Amino acid sequence: MVLLETHGLTARYGDFQALFGVDARLEAGETVAIIGANGAGKTTLMRSITGVLRNAAEQIRHKGVEIGHLPADTIMKRGIAMVPEGRKLFPSLSVEENLIIGGQNKRGRDLGDRIDSMIARLTGAPDPMELSAGHDGVGYWTLETIYDLFPILKERRHSPGTALSGGQQQMVAIGRALMSNPDVLLCDEISLGLAPVVIRDIYAALPKIRESGASVIVVEQDIGQAMAVADRVYCMMEGRVTLQGRPSDISRDDIHAAYFGEAA
Amino acid sequence: MIWVDTILQGVLLGGLYALFAAGLSLVFGIMRLVNLAHGDLIVFGAYLILIVVSVLGLHPFLAAFIAAPVMFVFGWVLQKAVLNRTLGDDILPPLLVTFGLSIVIQNGLLEAFSADSQRISMGPLETASVSIGPISAGVLPLLTFGSAVLVIVALNRLFYRTAIGRAFRATSDDPTTASLMGIRPDRVFATATAIAMLVVTIAALYLGTRANFDPNVGPARLIYAFEAVIIGGLGSLWGTLAGGIIIGVAQTVGAAINPEWQILAGHVAFLVVLLVRPRGLFPRGN
Amino acid sequence: MAATYTVTTRTPASSMAMISALVIVAILFAAPYFASRGLIQDLFFILTMLTLAQFWNLLAGYGGLVSVGQQAFVGLGAYALYGMVILMGLDPIISILFAGIAALVLAVPTAFFAFRLQGAYFAIGTWVIAEVARLSVAQWQAVGGGTGTSLPRSALREMMLVGWIESAFDVRASAARDILTYWLALVLAVATIAGIYWLLRSKPGLALAAVRDNTEAARSVGVDAGRMKWFVFLTSACGTGLAGGLIYLQKARISPDAAFSVTDWTAYVIFIVVIGGIGTIEGPILGVLIFFLLQSVLADYGSWYLMVLGLIGISVMLFAPRGLWGLISERTGIQLFPVRRRLSGGTIKKREG
Ligand SMILES: Nc1ncnc2c1ncn2[C@@H]1O[C@H](COP(=O)(O)OP(=O)(O)OP(=O)(O)O)[C@@H](O)[C@H]1O
Ligand SMILES: [Mg+2]
Repeated sequence: MVLLETHGLTARYGDFQALFGVDARLEAGETVAIIGANGAGKTTLMRSITGVLRNAAEQIRHKGVEIGHLPADTIMKRGIAMVPEGRKLFPSLSVEENLIIGGQNKRGRDLGDRIDSMIARLTGAPDPMELSAGHDGVGYWTLETIYDLFPILKERRHSPGTALSGGQQQMVAIGRALMSNPDVLLCDEISLGLAPVVIRDIYAALPKIRESGASVIVVEQDIGQAMAVADRVYCMMEGRVTLQGRPSDISRDDIHAAYFGEAA
Repeated sequence: MIWVDTILQGVLLGGLYALFAAGLSLVFGIMRLVNLAHGDLIVFGAYLILIVVSVLGLHPFLAAFIAAPVMFVFGWVLQKAVLNRTLGDDILPPLLVTFGLSIVIQNGLLEAFSADSQRISMGPLETASVSIGPISAGVLPLLTFGSAVLVIVALNRLFYRTAIGRAFRATSDDPTTASLMGIRPDRVFATATAIAMLVVTIAALYLGTRANFDPNVGPARLIYAFEAVIIGGLGSLWGTLAGGIIIGVAQTVGAAINPEWQILAGHVAFLVVLLVRPRGLFPRGN
Repeated sequence: MAATYTVTTRTPASSMAMISALVIVAILFAAPYFASRGLIQDLFFILTMLTLAQFWNLLAGYGGLVSVGQQAFVGLGAYALYGMVILMGLDPIISILFAGIAALVLAVPTAFFAFRLQGAYFAIGTWVIAEVARLSVAQWQAVGGGTGTSLPRSALREMMLVGWIESAFDVRASAARDILTYWLALVLAVATIAGIYWLLRSKPGLALAAVRDNTEAARSVGVDAGRMKWFVFLTSACGTGLAGGLIYLQKARISPDAAFSVTDWTAYVIFIVVIGGIGTIEGPILGVLIFFLLQSVLADYGSWYLMVLGLIGISVMLFAPRGLWGLISERTGIQLFPVRRRLSGGTIKKREG
């Protein structure tokens, strides 16, 4: 079953076009890796899917519903969570609060949603309650299970999020995203700037995450890492998908060409 | 002895100024918006309470309970429909829009209620006082001060102990990432302004019962509130109370020396603090 | 291959504008020969408000310094003039210079305090200083304390040039005074616009735009943002003080509440600039004309008038933040006072690679 797909997705920052018709999909239960050089448009793709960058309708579908035009919070409440590039922990919140906030608005049932839903019924705007009705946010992940996954966070739970090491911060960012029990988890460069041992620890969490029922997209610059964890790989260059396939079907030369352009 | 009394009056007056300031401080802390209409909104609240008192014949405290939800909704709509559109990197739009709002509210009130000064009557409570030994203090000023302390305790709890407070802090840190957590920044800002309007209602109650007011007194309240916030240090509600007290004491001491110096003394105290501690007395470390 | 480039800031519209501006100024100078006294007074009002608006625009629109305390400089300038005339017996015309100097002197401590505050707090900080100035002046008994005072008749009668105008135009002394203050207001407004135009086209002016757009970037290319802020603030204060002195010389009566009125000298001015178009020289000119029209139509409605003005200001800020002039120049591309440099001539060769 196709969980998430993009069709001819374009994105622009003002006059600058960053994506030129990206077609990609994520099947239920899959782990997909997206690789590409700096500036290839990987983060832009993630930001488009999560609604941080608004898109045209008809370019992104999640469980068969158009989500391209929806605001970021409604998309999250449908069950798409993101570990953003650069972790982006909230400095005013403790580690535990950073985790809690990931799950406190996981269902589209707050007062604001109800009000907007009423307005939507009158005006015909997208109804946030209806759109997020399929996701109840209940599942394996709770504060306890996240502390089981990353025990160090329990020890440091009262520290400010930003007082942690890079690897620990990345754990908080992953835990924060999991707190909503998403069915799609997007991870943007979770190994960036971390030592190999730390990267290994973080990737060790991946099987557990898949087991909990989430399908995963990881954005990676480390091709070896991506090939090792992914069921399928997309390679991007200058805003386009230049290669896709199963790691076992792709040769080094293919990747080299897709990653750096023609000159092999 | 007269000096002890003067200073006590000043401290209690500081409670009123802290009430003026708390809403301003809350909104600034969350969305970096300085609402130049804040003082006028307090005056607007006082007229609202006055109407409820005179139409329904209720006690002012009960009337404030009726006015509070109205102000809450008004704040929510104001933020959602108008002020959210002004937020961004440019400081001009929020300033100029709230300045325009200040003029609109002032003149709307003038048109509706004329320039005559009004007072919300508290009956015998207005003159009641308690004395401990030789020192006596009015019940109403004591209530004001107590309310200010309660409001600050409540806002601090809201900020640091509740889900809404977490959302406030997260949105203030980074609205984009907050939206990835299922938080809609627009709504958080609207809620914050709505809550600020509850504090404004409490401030309005005491503004209207302790002294006369008219449609033009708003800007001066804004200035006192602003001075209290800056003296206290941005982001610290207890600091704001301290700032209010400093302005209050400076004003009563100034007035004791020469009645015409009351307001001037408050401003001078503010400038002195700004001179020696530009970041306020209790700046939030960063 | 000898492509010649010329860097100009002139546009066809601006050359036309230059000529029309000269013609308009000439007509305005001649106005006392044919205009009624009422019209002269209206024009005086328009010109002084225009001067105030141009200086506020320089501060906020170009310098990013949103002051809500310009009434401090109007009031202090006016009181300095009264002080000089009443206490020193100086000629009122000479005293106008002291209005500018006094405002300049007040601007130094004001800037010193207010520059410690960021953004919106700067705005309220300037307002506090204006209040302090108002309350202090109200303590100054020699010029009437809280109730205010009038310019002494003798000083008005012996004012320089008035006698000459009286005989040249065959009018009474009070009308001659109006003509004289009108001419001065015209000189001040023209000098202000020309000065600001010159400033914006000069090197420091371009730096100023850089400061407004991005303080960090400006600093990195070596613009001293701090010094520019001081320069703009002091210049605006001085010009505002001169206008204040002139306004109250014409009124011949002053009180602290009127001279330091935030509504009259700051709110109106802000609306003029916002409605006309902030950050342009054309904006305040257009704004003051609209403001005057609105006032003529609505002034009888008192507070309704201010409400409407406030609502218009809010709407413009929300829906057309660059004001009416912004809308016009967007549609038509017309710039009467172009400050941006344009490259013309030659051909831009595409780089091959
Ligand atoms: N906020 C922005 N404004 C303008 N251009 C942007 C913005 N963010 C990204 N871009 C541009 O869009 C293109 C794609 O950027 P994106 O961040 O998606 O790349 P990426 O593949 O994630 O790179 P990296 O590996 O460095 O994270 C780049 O050319 C970048 O310069
Ligand atoms: Mg990236």
